[in-house]
Amino acid sequence: MDNIKDNQGDVWEVFVQSKPGLPHKHAGSLHATDKEMALQNARDLYTRRNEGTCIWVVPLNAIVSSLPDDVGAFFDPANDKAYRHPTHYVMPEGAKHI
Amino acid sequence: MLETPPLANGGREGLKMTTKDALIKYCLRLGDTSLILGQRMAEWCSNGPTLEEDIALTNLSLDFFGQARTMLSYAGELEGKGKSEDDFAFKRNEREFYNTLLSERPNGHFGDTIARNFLHDAFLYHLYSALRNSKDEIIAAHSAKSIKEVTYHLRHSSEWMVRLGGGTEESHQKIQDSINDLWMFTGDLFAMNEVDEILIKEGIAVNLKDIKKNWDNTVNEVLHRATLQRPEDAYMQSGSLEGRHAECLGHLLAEMQFLPRAYPEATW
Repeated sequence: MDNIKDNQGDVWEVFVQSKPGLPHKHAGSLHATDKEMALQNARDLYTRRNEGTCIWVVPLNAIVSSLPDDVGAFFDPANDKAYRHPTHYVMPEGAKHI
Repeated sequence: MLETPPLANGGREGLKMTTKDALIKYCLRLGDTSLILGQRMAEWCSNGPTLEEDIALTNLSLDFFGQARTMLSYAGELEGKGKSEDDFAFKRNEREFYNTLLSERPNGHFGDTIARNFLHDAFLYHLYSALRNSKDEIIAAHSAKSIKEVTYHLRHSSEWMVRLGGGTEESHQKIQDSINDLWMFTGDLFAMNEVDEILIKEGIAVNLKDIKKNWDNTVNEVLHRATLQRPEDAYMQSGSLEGRHAECLGHLLAEMQFLPRAYPEATW
């Protein structure tokens, strides 16, 4: 995973923030040889239609991912515990971004 | 709107150019230059060196077409003969185009395109920066809008200049050759005639000698960063002010204009 390369440069993951204050969301990936080109490519590929106010680009090899084998241990224990989900609360009217 | 000064001596021949005539010509210069650059960048569609760059290059194309539309529509409005932006784009012949000689240079390889765009982007960047203060409201507004696009274009081409110049021995040599080959078309960017004289007096246009100084600074700085040599000023091609162009413009227009000329009623 450390050196995913081809002749188009390294792979970078792109995160775009659509409005100030909102989280950066994963938009996709691209190829680039360095930081500045990655940022420019991200701008051209993922914000052409006015989608963003900020872009992060992250080299793929800087991302640590859980593995498919971890699914059971990581995520199953949350399934049968309804009290972990905040479903008993009434949402205040007009609350956004929850 | 501009006031048209009274005609000096009636008749078409030997007529003193009015401010309005000059402004129409000026709009065509700006509009044609954007249009031709836009068409050149559109030629990269599906031919880019990488997927990312393919989209970046065609993105530039759309910016240029947007700029062209504003200026050609305005020219039609000023002229007052009901001509649309499309009439200007598709129904004029080569000798009636006033785009810069540099803008029409063929794409060549990726480095040729980057070198051409870089030299041109630096020009438009400083031109539009200055034209934001034009006394013509439309030109000023157009420049204020375009400067954002051109700032990005210059950044894009400059970064590639630096990478190609400082890349491999081969990329360095290729981009140096591209700059050398294109240098003779840079003099034409700064050519001025009666149109400029009239519009500078009115505060509408800017003196291109001033733009040249800024252009020199930007070009020198980026060439230095790219470890490239600035070519010596030698013979410079000229002619865009009179609509004299290289053969390559004819080929570009043939492709661009074919459809609306062959099928004048075509819509999509």
